[in-house]
Amino acid sequence: MMRSVLGSALGLVIAALTFGAVHTAVAADTTNPEADAKAFRKFFTDKFPKVKFDDFVNGPYSMDEGLYQQWKEKEEFPPYEFALDMGKELFAKPFKNGKTFADCFPNKGIGIRQNYPYFDEKQGKVVTLELAINQCLESNGEKPYSYTKDEMAAVTAYMAFTSRGKPFDIKIPNDPRALAAYENGKKYFYTRRGQLNFSCASCHVQSPGERIRAEVLAPAIGILNAMPIYRSEWGGMGTISRRFTSCNSQVRGVPLNPQDDEYRDVEYYLSYVSNGLPISGPGARP
Amino acid sequence: MRILISALATTMLIAAVAPALAASTEADYKAAYAAAESANNEAGKLRNQWTTAVSALSAAKKAAEAGDFDKATAEAKKSEQLSKAAIFQTNEQKENWKQMEIR
Repeated sequence: MMRSVLGSALGLVIAALTFGAVHTAVAADTTNPEADAKAFRKFFTDKFPKVKFDDFVNGPYSMDEGLYQQWKEKEEFPPYEFALDMGKELFAKPFKNGKTFADCFPNKGIGIRQNYPYFDEKQGKVVTLELAINQCLESNGEKPYSYTKDEMAAVTAYMAFTSRGKPFDIKIPNDPRALAAYENGKKYFYTRRGQLNFSCASCHVQSPGERIRAEVLAPAIGILNAMPIYRSEWGGMGTISRRFTSCNSQVRGVPLNPQDDEYRDVEYYLSYVSNGLPISGPGARP
Repeated sequence: MRILISALATTMLIAAVAPALAASTEADYKAAYAAAESANNEAGKLRNQWTTAVSALSAAKKAAEAGDFDKATAEAKKSEQLSKAAIFQTNEQKENWKQMEIR
């Protein structure tokens, strides 16, 4: 028992030291989202020169020719179709007070996915589409949805579908709180956690295109553009919240609560550095 | 010289194994559990609990309820060590996350 604990701790130290030796540069102290996004884009386009920029939104399919062909065939009868139908129905269904989701969103909620998350200066925090949907429900006297699947996945699938092809257009207002949220999200993305000592970047920056068991890892750039997704592994649809919490569990970390600050902030960071890439959700993944 | 080394090695082995062989009492378990719970709470405050630490803590409680204080104490100690590693990891990453950043 003690040997396994010591082994884990030793592994942690070795991993940290090894990575430190590879990446010796020290980050600048000032936050510059524009420069971050430029560097992010350059990193992935340099790493995968044969992948067309817009194809990064197709995640693992952009990394592997065989998978790409399978996906093309799968798209003829996409597994997320039932969720789309359900989402369309829920979106139009009046609440008990007669209002609908359309009353809560700009442009009646159609074609706006690419603008989420945004920093809400009134609330002083990042508002994701999932949070906005539940805020809409609650402000109309309705029960909020579970953040991870079912109705939430359905409604976000429908809203993403109405935005397909529109490039991510995430803004960081001139508000120190917005910049702090962005920085917090970036920190969360690169911070190692869990017994396996992985950060989000361990898989999606260091190893996209590589396999973890049977799965091909997706690149971080454009990774949220296809959300929500139908995952064969889940046997159903899942939201961004589901993706983040399950990632944490997979590295043997206890997940935070869906839509906690860290998750909303990391979504803000990842979406911002994917600005310009088209929304492709809902998606399907192995 | 060889006999001396051999005797020394045997003594050290007995010293290392003996405590492990001694049966744990409920008091041992309670002390180990309290320490593990405290470390687990600290990791929680740092937003970085490990699932394995939480599972070991539950296993400790379950074993204690079944009256198996050897297992209960061992699981509690394992949980404490795992939570301490999580705390170490959190502190180590406070600045070192920047080394991974794309710039």
